[in-house]
Amino acid sequence: MARIRNGRSEPSRLAVGGLTLLGVILLWYVATSITQTIPPVYFPTPAEVLQALRQISLQGYADGRLQQHFFHSCWLVLMGFMVAVGIGVPLGMLMGWSRRAEAFVNPTFLLLRPIPPLAWIPLAIVWLGLGDAAKVLVIWFAAFVPAVINSYAGVRSIEPYLIEAARSLGVRGAMLVREVLFPGALPLIFTGLRLSLQACWTTLVAGELIGAIVGLGHVLYQAGLDLFPAMIVVGMIGVAIGGGLMTAALGWLETRAMPWHRR
Amino acid sequence: MNAHRSLTRREWLVLTCAGTLAFFGIWALASLAGLTSRQFLPPPWTVAEKFVELTYQPFSGATLQKHLLSSFGRFGMGFALAVLIGIPLGLILGWFRWADAIVSPLFDALRFVAPIAWVPFAALWFGTGIGGPVLIIFTGAFPPCVINAHRGARYVDQTLIEAARTLGARHWHIITEVLLPASVPSIVAGLRVSAGLGWQSLVGAELIVASSGIGYVLVKGQASISTSIVMSGMIAIGIVGFAIDALLRRIEVQLRRRRGDER
Repeated sequence: MARIRNGRSEPSRLAVGGLTLLGVILLWYVATSITQTIPPVYFPTPAEVLQALRQISLQGYADGRLQQHFFHSCWLVLMGFMVAVGIGVPLGMLMGWSRRAEAFVNPTFLLLRPIPPLAWIPLAIVWLGLGDAAKVLVIWFAAFVPAVINSYAGVRSIEPYLIEAARSLGVRGAMLVREVLFPGALPLIFTGLRLSLQACWTTLVAGELIGAIVGLGHVLYQAGLDLFPAMIVVGMIGVAIGGGLMTAALGWLETRAMPWHRR
Repeated sequence: MNAHRSLTRREWLVLTCAGTLAFFGIWALASLAGLTSRQFLPPPWTVAEKFVELTYQPFSGATLQKHLLSSFGRFGMGFALAVLIGIPLGLILGWFRWADAIVSPLFDALRFVAPIAWVPFAALWFGTGIGGPVLIIFTGAFPPCVINAHRGARYVDQTLIEAARTLGARHWHIITEVLLPASVPSIVAGLRVSAGLGWQSLVGAELIVASSGIGYVLVKGQASISTSIVMSGMIAIGIVGFAIDALLRRIEVQLRRRRGDER
């Protein structure tokens, strides 16, 4: 009854979580397959979902097998994300370092920032068509803004005396960036990367829903057209797993990149 | 390099103006240089003209304001629903450990599904009715409400809870009289995130399932390959998103000030 402050131990929490998920799956089975409280037109039964999963991974659906869709989506996100990070982090750090650069670049940011990445999709389609290039452009945009803002904030968050100390020891130029500014900004940079990765993934799914040849969003789109609820669920699970895996990979990278920053 | 020093007001003004001019200048030049047709990349003034024109001349059934109004209505419904369900849920999860153990794993699993991936189900369940976009906005705006209310409730000063307990407060009283007021700052911060994600999800939803609203303007503009209409729509989306955020930030600041005064 009373709240326990320290909480339970990790394994028992995991067990409760697992049990809950099992319970929900059981409930899902009962509600759709036995009592049919939820009509199968609106939500599929577990058996149908398994069937759809088998169909898409063996025979393929919406012009490709599950693996193809999955890896294609991941690949696009990765490309857009990397390019955005490659440009955004240095730009943000520059803005954080030099007030002049900040004053010069900031207006563009203030103008572009309120426009959500999803709103760029139609423009990208007008410019680049329905192919991968349009998606990479939009994903790039989704990742770019958070990458810049957090790198900027990261450099600003460095204690000035650290920079002063480094300077008085004669550290300057590339070495200052490598040894002081970059490591100092890294925690906030990673916060930005996590945000931008999520934005990328959402944007990609939206972009593929609107028009694509392969990809998880395309599976969702096709399943929606075919009124195939089981395949919609498969697509959604695919989206969840893709997003989860990428977030996990980034988390792993974060602990590797900042061994001194244990949380 | 004397980078870290702050600029004088005049320097700042000059650089900001130069930055703004550079942005519009590059855009205008790119458009006038004739690399692509004007239709693909109209100069800024054409877009401005189009924007004004859309406010009095109906495009795909309504003027820009009317489209925005119908978008805003959907946004309001989805956001209100997310707040009304999300905040109580977050507080309850923050108080009852068993509820937390049961709901959190589910919540975490569902959170990885990008809101936009609900679009096929939204279409299946609600057709082109208002329910579809509202569902998408809800799925976008819901998680930050829950997470921040939960976090706020978790970090409430333990002495406050003990004091309430000694005075004989029941569970329900503790939630409404202690946890809720104490977690207001965290909740309001969550509302800002939530409104941003909700607005973005709205745009995504309207790009795919709607026959009115600002996202629909973008789709129609894209279909008629009119970049100036698409850009006008993006500007309108940006302005409204910015206004929503500014309003919530104002509330946040005001609240913080008042609470600061009380102490």
